Amino acid sequence: MTTLNSRVPQGPIKDKWTTYKDNINLVNPANKRNIDIIVVGTGLAGGSAAASLAELGYNVKAFAYQDSPRRAHSIAAQGGINAAKNYQNDGDSDYRLFYDTVKGGDYRSREANVHRLAEVSGAIIDQCVAQGVPFARDYGGLLDNRSFGGVLVSRTFYAKGQTGQQLLLGCYSAMNRQIARGKIEMFNRHEMLDVVKIDGKARGIIARDLVSGEIERHSAHAVVIATGGYGNVYFLSTNAMGSNATAAWKIHKKGAYFANPCFTQIHPTCIPRSGDYQSKLTLMSESLRNDGRIWVPAKIEDAKSIQKGNLKPTQIAEEDRDYYLERRYPAFGNLVPRDVASRAAKERCDAGYGVNATGEAVYLDFAAAIFRYGSEQAKIKGMDNASKEEIIKLGEAVIEEKYGNLFQMYEKIVDDNPYKTPMMIYPATHYTMGGVWVDYNLMTTVEGLYCIGEANFSDHGANRLGASALMQGLADGYFVLPYTIGDYLANDIRTGKIATDSPEFDAAEKEIKDKLAFFINNKGTHSVDYFHKKLGLVMWNKVGMARNEKHLKEAIKEIQEIREDFWKNVKVPGDLNELNPELEKAGRVADFLELGELFAKDALERNESCGGHFREEYITEDGEAKRDDENYAYVAAWEYTGKPSEAILHKEELEFKDIELKTRSYK
Amino acid sequence: MNLTLKIWRQKGPQDKGQMVEYKVTDISEHMSFLEMMDVLNESLVAKNEVPIAFDHDCREGICGMCSLHINGEPHGPDRGITTCQLHMRTFKDGDTIYIEPWRAKAFPVIKDLIVDRMAFERIQQAGGYISVNTSGNTQDANAIPISKINADLSMDAAACIGCGACVASCKNSSAMLFVSAKVSQFALLPQGKVEAADRVKNMVAQMDLEGFGNCSNTGACEVECPKGISLENIARMNREYLKASII
Repeated sequence: MTTLNSRVPQGPIKDKWTTYKDNINLVNPANKRNIDIIVVGTGLAGGSAAASLAELGYNVKAFAYQDSPRRAHSIAAQGGINAAKNYQNDGDSDYRLFYDTVKGGDYRSREANVHRLAEVSGAIIDQCVAQGVPFARDYGGLLDNRSFGGVLVSRTFYAKGQTGQQLLLGCYSAMNRQIARGKIEMFNRHEMLDVVKIDGKARGIIARDLVSGEIERHSAHAVVIATGGYGNVYFLSTNAMGSNATAAWKIHKKGAYFANPCFTQIHPTCIPRSGDYQSKLTLMSESLRNDGRIWVPAKIEDAKSIQKGNLKPTQIAEEDRDYYLERRYPAFGNLVPRDVASRAAKERCDAGYGVNATGEAVYLDFAAAIFRYGSEQAKIKGMDNASKEEIIKLGEAVIEEKYGNLFQMYEKIVDDNPYKTPMMIYPATHYTMGGVWVDYNLMTTVEGLYCIGEANFSDHGANRLGASALMQGLADGYFVLPYTIGDYLANDIRTGKIATDSPEFDAAEKEIKDKLAFFINNKGTHSVDYFHKKLGLVMWNKVGMARNEKHLKEAIKEIQEIREDFWKNVKVPGDLNELNPELEKAGRVADFLELGELFAKDALERNESCGGHFREEYITEDGEAKRDDENYAYVAAWEYTGKPSEAILHKEELEFKDIELKTRSYK
Repeated sequence: MNLTLKIWRQKGPQDKGQMVEYKVTDISEHMSFLEMMDVLNESLVAKNEVPIAFDHDCREGICGMCSLHINGEPHGPDRGITTCQLHMRTFKDGDTIYIEPWRAKAFPVIKDLIVDRMAFERIQQAGGYISVNTSGNTQDANAIPISKINADLSMDAAACIGCGACVASCKNSSAMLFVSAKVSQFALLPQGKVEAADRVKNMVAQMDLEGFGNCSNTGACEVECPKGISLENIARMNREYLKASII
């Protein structure tokens, strides 16, 4: 059994990273040429890692299931990236970013990792600007900032509503430079299906060429997993259709512990579901909560009329509206953290106040902001006797400038004009804080196997703050992994090329080929999506925004049943040796069917409410989450032993030396 | 609504390929176009037929993976959106919809509606970057002010998602809009000026090598571009190219 050693360096928190870097082993440039590294996934974490490692001189092999690294789902991040630059002179510092992140994560993240994240945050912005990332600027030519939920400063850098896209194109361009030099060998349309271990160390992967269907062996001295989160376990989420947990789950089955799977973020502002055919959910940026006011009808009879389509939101008088976030959290109002906002929406909808036909939606209303901005513009323009219509027109122009692309996106999907009538929103699965357990070096419990970005667990605790995912992905890839991996590889300079004709590669390849052949030959009765949707429904209803012991136990049983049914009755058309999207999905859903069970088991074991994990049994008198620091201030790291139900729990106790453990309050 | 679909089926690059007719029934106007394709594929799986292969991923109009030539237009009849954002309310009950892959010599068909866009990758690798290594010691991000106008124009060019609709819409299968967007993004920023001459020459050379056609200024690419990339970028690239050729 592997022991959990977080390898956090000694010393004061602000010196740990610097002192550590000064003392770790380095690999000299000539030797780097003899070392191969595999990077799986090319989003912000994998892309930045691949480029930086290649620049250092290592031979990198990078893998993406899309036809280009530029299409990884990091690209869909809208709002921005945090960095403690303090350009606004509003009191920001590394310590404040560190503090906000630990507090926002409801005190379930590792202090040393979070502090390091805050320390390197400024360098990320410098690096991106040097690469030609066109961040928003003010009229003086300097960088502009906006504010996000859960913080009291403006530290978010952005590129219109497409920050993730621009940052990803930045590391994609850095990758392209290395691909052109031959330092990165890029494998597009390839999917990793297993890791290969030799003498306990990760030494390669088995991958499938998604075009030819060929199974390939790739060896390396170290393997880096950067394949994102597992939100698609819910079937419906804001993740891309192809986003999957296969790489993370496969390494878990080969010895990497999986940490805190129940910590999943449900984002409050997504477009509600419209029907059973729905394939995914679309996020509306958190930045909308800067100006939008969230409400439901105060009277239940109004809510019922709206659900039946007999009443319009604009017909409800101001005093008959319940701005429940402003009512419950006067200090942060509509800008409370995501977990708090999502639960509050669910609470109102469960009580019957939801506003669309399904009863699962709340209003995000810009009328007040439009009037406020309009009045301001009228004053600036000297229009003292402006009519209400004129003011609204002026205000709508301001809103359009700020959120035009989001409003257009909403209108295209819903066919409703959000300038004239409030948007309807509802929470949806968005991000997974849990993931593969890693130590301070970002190494998993398997030697030579690293995990970075959303795929690991380390920085966001039980809840992630807005604009911090991009920061973490790039911090890991540009500024953390390139140092820490050298410390490990320094011992590998005499190893030489790793052969792929070993019994370990033979065995791994055979296992994969047998499983793929099973899918094609099974000739079952139901499509892969049939099972995925069933799993998603159980996850959403019983392991979703609010959980309890009874439901979790039912969920575990139901997931086991779906899994059994899947292996008997799944139908995969087509052939092995061709481009076959149904076959790709089958492998991914098989892994979700195991991960989902561990997820529920983890949620059942954690008898407290914290961040994204809300247990109905553990609440304060006024219905807020009740954390239990005495018994649950630990990371739950699960060891695979053959079945999710038999996973063994290892605890990494969390120490809070630099931040006092407090009840999170946004009131 | 009930629809007739005429869809391009092609087993592989060597296969000749043909249009095949399908019927779909009870399609909701709130469905996205790709959700309608999902419904069709589920029905094909149920009948033990091989589903239609098409590229897609984020389904929110930003990854650039989805393509599809719908009724003769890249990304369908609506403007300013990708195929995944197209909704069925754009169509009427009883319509016949023609669905084909991107058609261009430089984008060979892999299977059904999926094409190979590696030519775009190679063009980017030829110079679509600024040569700066990862460093914890680059100068401060605010050390060089950049005028808001240029920063915004650079951002507008950088909004390109690399889907290939510009090539698919062009009668010459030209990739000028795509290449010029990248050239412009960097040419407008001080950080990109150092390598500007080599960049434009190398990227254009690679573009020609890939077999894309020339630009004859018809402007179809700008109309069909889901991200509204402006033709002005092509003019800027031509200026950059001329400048680089004289020096």
